[in-house]
Amino acid sequence: MNTKNIFPKIIVSWLLIFSLLPAIMLVGISLLTPDISSMVHLPVTFSHYKNLIDPLFFRIAVRSFFLAGLTTFFCLLLAYPFAFFILNISHKSLVIILILIPFWTSSLIRTYAMVDLLKWHGTINNILLKLHLISTPLSLLYSNYAVLTGLVYNLLPFMILPIYNGMQSIDQKCIDAARDLGATRLQIFVKVFWPQSQKGVINGVLMVLLPAMTLFYIPNILGGAKSILIGNLIQNEFIFLNNWPQGAATSTFLSIILVIFFGISQSKGMKN
Amino acid sequence: MPSTPLIQIKNLEKAYGKHVILKNLSFNIFSGEFLTLLGPSGCGKTTLLKLISGFETPCKGIIKIDNVTVNNLPPQKRNVHTIFQNYALFPHMNVFENVAFSLRCKNIDNQIVISKVHAALQLVELSHFGNRNIQELSGGQQQRVAIARAIINQPKILLLDEPLSSLDYQLRKKMQMELKNLQKRLNMTFIFVTHDQEEALTMSDRIIIFNQGKIEQIGSPYDIYENPRNLYVAQFVGETNIFNITVQSMTNEHIYTKISGVTICCKRPFNACNGDPMHLLIRPENISVYHADKIENLTNKLVGTIIDITYKGPTIDLNVLLESGQIVATSEFFDEDHEKIDYKLHEQVYLEWPVGWEVLLPYEH
Amino acid sequence: MLKKLVKNTYISAIILFLYFPLFLLVYLSFNDAQYSNQWHQFSLQWFKELFNDKQLIDSLVNSLILAFFSSLIATFNSVIATTLLVLQRSHKLLQKFLLIPSFLIILPDLILGVGFLIILNVLNIPFGFISLLIAHITFCMPFIIFSIIAKIKLFNRNYYLASLDLGASKFYTWRKVIMPILSPAIISAFFLGFTLSFDDVIISYFVAGPEFNILPLTIFGMIRNGATPELNALCTMTLLFSLILIIIAQYKLRKS
Repeated sequence: MNTKNIFPKIIVSWLLIFSLLPAIMLVGISLLTPDISSMVHLPVTFSHYKNLIDPLFFRIAVRSFFLAGLTTFFCLLLAYPFAFFILNISHKSLVIILILIPFWTSSLIRTYAMVDLLKWHGTINNILLKLHLISTPLSLLYSNYAVLTGLVYNLLPFMILPIYNGMQSIDQKCIDAARDLGATRLQIFVKVFWPQSQKGVINGVLMVLLPAMTLFYIPNILGGAKSILIGNLIQNEFIFLNNWPQGAATSTFLSIILVIFFGISQSKGMKN
Repeated sequence: MPSTPLIQIKNLEKAYGKHVILKNLSFNIFSGEFLTLLGPSGCGKTTLLKLISGFETPCKGIIKIDNVTVNNLPPQKRNVHTIFQNYALFPHMNVFENVAFSLRCKNIDNQIVISKVHAALQLVELSHFGNRNIQELSGGQQQRVAIARAIINQPKILLLDEPLSSLDYQLRKKMQMELKNLQKRLNMTFIFVTHDQEEALTMSDRIIIFNQGKIEQIGSPYDIYENPRNLYVAQFVGETNIFNITVQSMTNEHIYTKISGVTICCKRPFNACNGDPMHLLIRPENISVYHADKIENLTNKLVGTIIDITYKGPTIDLNVLLESGQIVATSEFFDEDHEKIDYKLHEQVYLEWPVGWEVLLPYEH
Repeated sequence: MLKKLVKNTYISAIILFLYFPLFLLVYLSFNDAQYSNQWHQFSLQWFKELFNDKQLIDSLVNSLILAFFSSLIATFNSVIATTLLVLQRSHKLLQKFLLIPSFLIILPDLILGVGFLIILNVLNIPFGFISLLIAHITFCMPFIIFSIIAKIKLFNRNYYLASLDLGASKFYTWRKVIMPILSPAIISAFFLGFTLSFDDVIISYFVAGPEFNILPLTIFGMIRNGATPELNALCTMTLLFSLILIIIAQYKLRKS
């Protein structure tokens, strides 16, 4: 059994080196002190974790969760009816392809499109001005609203597809049986359809919530000084401030949140 | 049948972990016979097939093919081929390439390949099908291509793993005949696995009845049906009525017992003693049913009331309730010479069978 | 039929929401104006600038090369590893193997990127094409593995057994039976990896070097520097390209 499966073992080792090992190193580095030349050196310190309890960081963290939560909420609100409606229409595959095309267009370009829409001389302002609904252009860009819109715009397909897949796997026979037993359409929805669609909803939420916190280029492009999120923080700490330990500490914190979320979603999935 | 068996199986055992599939199997298979392995799902017949073809290795015991022990020989090196369920015809190759596959992987010269493939296709009556795609073939044609693919190497043994189970009734009957005829023409040993006892009875020279990894009985279809060795075989193949009886008295040729208050005379089995408990088996089609008013002689006749009548086309089947509370199933053919068979529910009737048509088995717990 | 009207309106509204910004960019790409969103006149000047932008074209080519090789290597590795494992029919072994890829898929790009930054630094690997290649191969592999495994599970094991039964060696079987039947799955896995690599921003951000420019990072730089309408032209080209791909795919689907 030793040289058997040597190839898969090599693959797993490769993946381990480039994933598990960095994870361990991340935690390790977060406990060290920053250094200009060698990035880190010894005195072990918990100061970086102490910094996480700092009110400044706390505000950023709360803003990140809040924004990510709002994004997820709006995506869910828009995506669920959409998935529900396209379940039984005729050109289903056409619609799905239509959803996927923007998905293939670079996310950066789509975010840039938001810039054009929201900017001072951008399309929305132009339209509103023309319709005389406002007299001076609205300052839409470089705000939390812009970031929220950008996130929702980018992540909506990621919510639609898992929910749609989840809905598709609902056995039509259950619905038929409920109707046969005399349930009204509303009752069927509440008691049969909605509970069984939860699995897809949970998948969709996972696919949106976590990226919403870590897609740093969206707040980067659309947000202002007040829109720094955890993702930007990590980006800054590693690249601009060269403070790897701090970045590592923040990343570790984020990872823990991630594990918690994932655990919650799995247990909710189990219950269903 | 020739004297040296083609396949010899001795003390074969196969287990997966603690789960023992086959226990201490020993039997022989002869050249040119159509042997069926019959049993319910999970009884180990497919495992036995895999042991013979080489896809599994036995834990204990010996498998010999042509007097050569093949336990450790991989499937490629045994002269045995398998027809899989759903045939496993390669979907990305056409009929010709499928049949030619085993020759191609030995790098045989193209001209030889062409002539051999054509010969094999002719044998299964698919001569002009070489260019067809697999998806275009019907179920019966697919089976024939699978057979052509397997016999092109002229193996001595062909293993068929429930090849007909996915076909509908009419096609299945047709393919059973085709397979049987093909086997006779090729004079090849076919080992056929099925759970359908009617199929086994139709096609086989010999049948092995399996139950949970053990052989219950080996014999010709006639043997299995007429002389089952135990209750399991009797109940697995065909229908039967079972009476639990005790031997009350004996003569040299007969034993006497009582069923539902009536004395019944049976042919004496060689190991019977007075007082022995036994099972008396009689198949529904062997029982004659008489209306109450048509009886001349009342000896050896059970009396009961009809509680169920089923018209089955060629037969009429009754369930008759005896005074003892046991229900007996009967099955009678319509016969143009007899008067119209006309039964009514709750009618009293008499049941009889010729002495010696019953089967007596030692008591089993 | 009010219900149907509501349904269709909603569906169209969402689709419009997704496409409107993109159509806006397409519209603007033909507009002869630098900053304004008002229509001035039809012009192809931005396309000309796009095709003449050497840096952009270079980074496009680089991205294509990177995506091609990362996906090729990742697909090759994944195919061999997964076919070897699945054919052995050990459920436990497969589950054990899939643990690490599952873990990697869940991890957000950001943390992966940071992790790569650290490990590549520690291993002293130069930041440039090599670091990008290693990172891309690594993060594409889990997706490709799962994509292939989903399709392999539909593979009828009897094809494998039949081939061995007829006398073929394991290698011959792999070459002439398993690979051809799996080839559609392998090709779509390759395209998945290609897309993932080509479009990746976050991971590449952390592991790219100064010499080897890739398209997403170039675009990112352009946006942050105050974009030129070149990007509008790029958007138009991207949409056009996706459209062509879909038409080809539909045509091929219809043929078979």
